[in-house]
Amino acid sequence: MHNETLVPYLLLLGDSALVQGQRLCEWCGRAPAIEEELALMNVGLDLVGQARNWLEYAAELLDDGRDADALAFRRDERAYRNLLLVEQPNGDFAVTMTKQFFYDAWHFAVLQGLVGSNDERIAGIAAKALKEVTYHLRRSSEWVQRLGGGTEESRQRMLAAIPALWRFTVELAGGSDNEGHLAQAGIAADPAAVGAAWLKQVGETFASVELPLPKAASHFYLDGRKGLHTEHLGLLLAEMQFLPRAYPDATW
Amino acid sequence: MQPGELIAGDRGARAPRGDDLARAWAVLAQVMDPEVPVVSVVDLGIVRDLGWHAGHLHLVVTPTYSGCPATEVIEGDIRQALEQAGFPAPALERRLTPAWSTDWISELGRERLRAYGIAPPQGSASKRSLLGEAPQVCCPQCGSAHTELLSQFGSTACKALCRCRECLEPFDYFKCI
Repeated sequence: MHNETLVPYLLLLGDSALVQGQRLCEWCGRAPAIEEELALMNVGLDLVGQARNWLEYAAELLDDGRDADALAFRRDERAYRNLLLVEQPNGDFAVTMTKQFFYDAWHFAVLQGLVGSNDERIAGIAAKALKEVTYHLRRSSEWVQRLGGGTEESRQRMLAAIPALWRFTVELAGGSDNEGHLAQAGIAADPAAVGAAWLKQVGETFASVELPLPKAASHFYLDGRKGLHTEHLGLLLAEMQFLPRAYPDATW
Repeated sequence: MQPGELIAGDRGARAPRGDDLARAWAVLAQVMDPEVPVVSVVDLGIVRDLGWHAGHLHLVVTPTYSGCPATEVIEGDIRQALEQAGFPAPALERRLTPAWSTDWISELGRERLRAYGIAPPQGSASKRSLLGEAPQVCCPQCGSAHTELLSQFGSTACKALCRCRECLEPFDYFKCI
């Protein structure tokens, strides 16, 4: 039963953290300042660590001989269940931070819901992650304010980044039927509550620097929760999975 | 009993002796965090439990951060130190719950952080200190409260980067979590 319900949910949480973490690592050596380099890598590290916790639990439930590494490095894109938002390319710093902010606001709300999950394993992982993500959200929301309320150039970049990413937020504002059922059972975070909290956070942060809030995103033809991804995920996985696939026995 | 167990049996399993746990705690007090080599795993508060189980020492260790790359190193260091002190094959259990908090860093640990040049966490890891304004951090070099936050994330995930406006030295601050 778990394999059809709880595992896809754990993969949504784990894969989203992993892909977002991998995207952040692409900034390594390229960040605009040393402090940002450190921050981007630290956030990425937190997310990859959280992904490991979720994927370890998923692997235990699947019980098919795969461990967390196998799930991360030997699944193809159609088996990934991450949000479409996090697989989008980094673009400029405004795109990176807007993407991070949209994800953090969602992530924070999800974890707040999961801390009270009646699945103790989920509640434990979420309690740990929530402390870390609180810092992530604080940082990314401050960047949205700094860029949005900064120079003419930085504001223009923000005004371009928001509509470029907005269509993917349809996945943050709501969840699948499966998530709704899991939430009713007290296991998952309620997707409607998460969507409302997400919109409130984004609305308040945007309003504080007079960034216009677009109207709610409508249906998008792809769905990360079903494994239907944009072309960017395949390229990201090709890079991330190259070594373990080329040298399957490699160890540290 | 199966043939072979006489040779390949449980290495070093024995009943606990009176001072075993006290001795083990003393060994652990000498195992330092690899990133902050003046603070022991005991002062850091990551050894949550120590007992005797099935003939071996049994430890519960909690990681500081989900993605802390030092977790495996610390566990390896603990294992090695205990083996060398005469505790064969100690069992280490990694436990996430309850989540580690900087509130668990001992007074001695805080003092050692400060002496090492890292400002210790200020106040408790309540929701307010996580979400609210930056706490009043004192410079570990000159003690001045006239400091500013440069970045929420410093040389490791557990530290923020600050600067003293009196002595102008940059320094790490062990942030509340």
